[in-house]
Amino acid sequence: MTDLLSLDLAAARDALRDGKISSLELTDAYLGAMEAASDLNCYITTTPDKARVMAAAADQRLAQGDALPLDGLPLGIKDLFCTEGILTTAGSHILDGFVPTYESTVTSQLWRDGAVMLGKLNMDEFAMGSANVNSYYGPVESPWKSRDGGNARLVPGGSSGGSASAVSARLALATTGTDTGGSIRQPGSFCGIVGMKPTYGRCSRWGIVAFSSSLDQAGPLTRTVRDAAIMLRSMAGHDPKDSTSANLPAPDFEAALTGDVRGMRIGVPKEYRIDGMPAEIEALWARGIEMMRDAGAEIVDISLPHTKYALPTYYIIAPAEASSNLARYDGVRYGLRVEGETLDDMYAKTRGEGFGAEVKRRVLIGAYVLSAGYYDAYYLKAQRVRALIKRDFDEAFGSVDAILTPTAPSDAFAIGENDDDPIKMYLNDVFTVPSSLTGLPAISVPVGLSDRGLPLGLQLIGKLFDEATVFRAAGVLETAAGFSVRPAGGQ
Amino acid sequence: MSLDKATVSNIAHLARIKVDDDQLETMVGELNNILSWIEQLNEVDTEGVAPLASVTGHPLPLRADGIADGGYPERVLLNAPDRVADFYSVPKVVE
Repeated sequence: MTDLLSLDLAAARDALRDGKISSLELTDAYLGAMEAASDLNCYITTTPDKARVMAAAADQRLAQGDALPLDGLPLGIKDLFCTEGILTTAGSHILDGFVPTYESTVTSQLWRDGAVMLGKLNMDEFAMGSANVNSYYGPVESPWKSRDGGNARLVPGGSSGGSASAVSARLALATTGTDTGGSIRQPGSFCGIVGMKPTYGRCSRWGIVAFSSSLDQAGPLTRTVRDAAIMLRSMAGHDPKDSTSANLPAPDFEAALTGDVRGMRIGVPKEYRIDGMPAEIEALWARGIEMMRDAGAEIVDISLPHTKYALPTYYIIAPAEASSNLARYDGVRYGLRVEGETLDDMYAKTRGEGFGAEVKRRVLIGAYVLSAGYYDAYYLKAQRVRALIKRDFDEAFGSVDAILTPTAPSDAFAIGENDDDPIKMYLNDVFTVPSSLTGLPAISVPVGLSDRGLPLGLQLIGKLFDEATVFRAAGVLETAAGFSVRPAGGQ
Repeated sequence: MSLDKATVSNIAHLARIKVDDDQLETMVGELNNILSWIEQLNEVDTEGVAPLASVTGHPLPLRADGIADGGYPERVLLNAPDRVADFYSVPKVVE
């Protein structure tokens, strides 16, 4: 084995089981790569000692022939997942020094299945952002370089920016992310990797720092569709500790990758052709449609009339839920405390210093739209429009099995670009937010390069709890696209 | 609907976030931009549409109202910025 880092998750799993490599050498290869590429700022915390202990235990099981599903596979964890005994920051100053005494359900299932933890990944503060420039721990850089941008440092997308950059730069075999409005899929598209947001309720939210509880979902970021299917099987499943967790068994998603979409009906929504969409995004989408048609799928024109209202709806609901969820950060029980003369003064100073600009904006918007006299006009109105957006999808799924759209309206931009205009930044999620508001499973698959040589992804959206169809279609799209370009930076 | 400085200052107080005066002006502008962009929802006719709170339609489960966890104050207090015995401590509230 000359290049351990070139193995994807599925290949590494097989090589470990066949005794061709050990988890310890694989883990050490990743720890070395992480150190060499620390400039990308992907990791907030690395856990090399823990990783080696976990790898050694996996090697023992592998030697005895009782391999667990993810035995010995080194993963990175978004720093939104609480990990017992390991600093968990959510990318925020306000969680300074917070060491959970419990483990999130999703990560506990990864360790149950034998995976190895490399460390905790950088992210936009409280998962609010689309470029990973909102972290207290500094921006994350993508390993990709634009052909025309000189040496400009590019964003990896967000909020799971560290998770995406790390997979792309080969600083983890696969990573966990969370997606509230596109935070797995958009960085997946920017970094040329696969990002999967499962159905709301598929993965337990217990132990994941809450942003917007009716939208937050955990999911994997991986090199391939098969890797995402392998990861999701371990991450998913019913958890009584999350009342919104679906009481359904986690299926073998890998078995859904039949490579056959003959007769599958793929919807193409006309409302996703938005004003000012770059021609290269249109062209990529058209190519994706052709690929699915050539593979035997039936392409169906559909309409999702309320698409343009999804983003403003999201920017009422998500901040409203965030303002309520983030009320817990008061400097009393954990994290940062800034002393004040009175209790109220301590709260206000702690939150004033502890939260970054974007978090403050959203908490204030949320507090306003929930305040007396405005609740009906903003929050209830948004919940009603959300019902109409869901109705659009319900009707569309009467005639199609999956929907194909672009993932993001552009390729990656430079760190510092779009920073002065929050709404411009929000528009990054125009294609991902509708499926978040409706809880539908959706995946981003790398399909091509922009004119500047940067990755672009397409998104496949499925019916509630029908990840199997999403994976099946995504596998076919991935094979047809044959995306194999590697970034200039990283390993 | 446009927010003025006093309203934003009041929202910040309600949210218990200290905002310095020099940041307030910028914040008023940003919040107004976001709110006026959100106003486009008024174009949508939602007459007779019930607000959607749950996307999956799964009923929320009930459980017995009993103690299922607890009894480890050291773990609970491990991250306390300040504590006295088995309590979190805060600035004096009552004179």
